[in-house]
Amino acid sequence: MDEVKLFGFWASPFSQRVIWALKLKGVNYEYIEEDIPNNKSNLLLHYNPVHKKVPVLVHGGKAIVESSVILEYIDEVWPQNPLLPNDPYERSVVRFWAKFIDEKTRPMWEFLDKFGEEQEKAISKNFEILKTIEENIGLEEKKFFGGDKIGVADLIFGWVIDILVAQEEVVGVKFIKADTFPRLHAWMKNFGEEPTIKNNVPDHNIIVDYLKKRRQSFRISAHP
Amino acid sequence: MAVVKLLGAWTSPYVYRVIWALKLKGIPYEYIEEDLSNKSPLLLQYNPIHKKIPVLVHDGKPICESTIILQYIDEIWPQNSLLPTDPYDRAVARFWIKFADDKSPSISKLYRTGGEEQEKAVKECLEMLETIEEHGLIGGKKFFGGDKINMVDMAFSSVAHWLEVIQEVAGVKVFEAQKFPRLNTWIQNFKQVPIIKENLPDRDKMLALLKHRRKMLLASK
Repeated sequence: MDEVKLFGFWASPFSQRVIWALKLKGVNYEYIEEDIPNNKSNLLLHYNPVHKKVPVLVHGGKAIVESSVILEYIDEVWPQNPLLPNDPYERSVVRFWAKFIDEKTRPMWEFLDKFGEEQEKAISKNFEILKTIEENIGLEEKKFFGGDKIGVADLIFGWVIDILVAQEEVVGVKFIKADTFPRLHAWMKNFGEEPTIKNNVPDHNIIVDYLKKRRQSFRISAHP
Repeated sequence: MAVVKLLGAWTSPYVYRVIWALKLKGIPYEYIEEDLSNKSPLLLQYNPIHKKIPVLVHDGKPICESTIILQYIDEIWPQNSLLPTDPYDRAVARFWIKFADDKSPSISKLYRTGGEEQEKAVKECLEMLETIEEHGLIGGKKFFGGDKINMVDMAFSSVAHWLEVIQEVAGVKVFEAQKFPRLNTWIQNFKQVPIIKENLPDRDKMLALLKHRRKMLLASK
């Protein structure tokens, strides 16, 4: 059987989604922690010369990079507990939401790195993004974004249950409340309680600590 | 009543990706030209989130985002497949398709911007071309798909045809044949493929339109 290795970073939402996918499918792998961003290993740079980023999945010595590409690869090689529906039209819908969430939620981090008025704007923008997802993703009919099982779109949004929650604590704002985002709130509960997910999130206080330091370094560079 | 409809705009490289895929697989479709300054109720109904073209409508169901449309087409009509069969080769193909998607917008930025913004777009464009030249076209293949074009070749639509026109409109030189020999060979080969050759927007018409657009955009800044 070919060896599976994952190069990742414990606080990276992109690494995290790959870990969840491998665990959901019961795939054994060796995990290699990369010192991001300042001390990337030569092996990482060799396996991902174009982007030089984590996560990188190495299967039988061949490297697959870009988390969304890795998720589709994992789903094809290990078909148990599928992450995409069988029907081509439904697959296109899940892929659409996976792409939308991936692209739109990346700037959601900015509120952690900004201050004053810029931060207010960033927080406002985050509410708009969440509103679009809440209103359009069809959660009133389904438990998860793809149906009644966790799929790629859920894994891509998954960072909100641990990283966003920690970011909220650092900044002192709460985004997904039961009264304002009932569907997303229910989704967070369902997703977060899945044993595979629950057992594979970093300790909340450790993330908070890491993010506090990160925010502080941004504060220093913004107001030297 | 047409089973397959494509909502598009004649100057969009993303629309052409879909046209090429449908033609390659011999799928008849009805093409609906959208006026992007006056979007139809149909477009707004079919793509409420992004309100963009292309949109493929199959049996009344809309599929949005060109690369998602391409994957859908490839799964519904498997003849003349657009992706390799081996999962690792598919992952490599998807990597380059995502790269094309992420980096292609820098090409249209060349004509939409001026001054410092344009300089930034030139830099981004050059980096993109250098990466494709150095990492994407190794191995001596004629196309990204091997002997035949596939989804990756189609994903680089804007590099193949639009970049050259846009450079002229923008008054910048980003792509030079001698600087990017592999890419140059790929472009020449790609544009000779009959499906591609017979399905490209008119160069002179596009030049005129984009020149006009640039004038309007820069005047409004």
